[in-house]
Amino acid sequence: MDTHASITNLPDSAEGQAHAPHGEVEHAHPTWSTYWKVALILTLITVGEVWAYYIPSFVASRSFVPTLLTLSALKFAIVVMFYMHLKYDHRLFRVLFTGPLLIAGLTLIALMFLFGHLYIKVM
Amino acid sequence: MSASVVHTSAPAHHHYTTLGLDSRKVAIWAFIGSECMLFVSLISTYLIYKGRSVIGPLPHEVWTDPSTGHVYKPILNIPVTSASTFVLLMSSLFMVLALAAVQNKELPKRTRGERILGSSKLWLWMTAIAGTTFLGFQAFEFTSFVHEGLTIRRNLFGSTFFTLTGFHGAHVTAGVLWLVTLLAIDYRRGLTSKDSLLVDISALYWHFVDVVWIVIFTLVYLIK
Repeated sequence: MDTHASITNLPDSAEGQAHAPHGEVEHAHPTWSTYWKVALILTLITVGEVWAYYIPSFVASRSFVPTLLTLSALKFAIVVMFYMHLKYDHRLFRVLFTGPLLIAGLTLIALMFLFGHLYIKVM
Repeated sequence: MSASVVHTSAPAHHHYTTLGLDSRKVAIWAFIGSECMLFVSLISTYLIYKGRSVIGPLPHEVWTDPSTGHVYKPILNIPVTSASTFVLLMSSLFMVLALAAVQNKELPKRTRGERILGSSKLWLWMTAIAGTTFLGFQAFEFTSFVHEGLTIRRNLFGSTFFTLTGFHGAHVTAGVLWLVTLLAIDYRRGLTSKDSLLVDISALYWHFVDVVWIVIFTLVYLIK
């Protein structure tokens, strides 16, 4: 067994441990191979989105917009969790990010209702 | 041993909060949270006025000027924007590799592959070049739009589109300048694992700019 720390199989950071004097421990960040896999997944999703854009029958269908929004949200979540390390970092960072994001998202939905882009059918 | 070795070198200057978190990292996350609100306000404005332009050019539809008979083609160029989106996604990969290289700076690099992966200068350069390439795509897009008759004052689409993507482009520009300062530090004295927080903060900003574009690409370019 290799007794030297190899640069390719080491967790990228234990910075959390080094930076946290009060016992607050962040988990180790992903490895390089995880970063490459994440990049590949992001690329494939983007290719899928653009491909969907060029299928007229799919664009005309009801599932087009929800599919694209889901794929976009998935890409957003992947980058935030793995590249921004929010999955591994302290929960305060999660609160600082998701709190304003939630408020902003709800405001966006409210504005869409207010300006008639979204509506609820009332019988 | 595989994944058990960790750094123990703490930074020379501690700025801890009472939670034991570095205050600079707390600050960047709070800043990113506020930036979320800024961009959602711009995206909201775009969506509210979507499809309400009285005159063309329009993003996805052909429009004929009734007074001149001039036919305006759909203005968005999806292949070009897809390429720029790919470049920005790759820049995020380069950025995490730059951060990992700085964090693992002191580890021995025995193979050529390890030396490449461990080169912070290489990955910072790659990120900066990818960011600049994205800005080049955006400059090309803006220029071609203006030549095709779409300006910020032309219609509601032009106003909201240029404001939204212009703000994003300004953020990318700030990110590239930030990367250049990191590169200058790296060339001047060399970035070590003690500087990993500096790179981490800039990486968080860079990835945020990337996720904003992920949303813009879908909402503005792909959804008709």
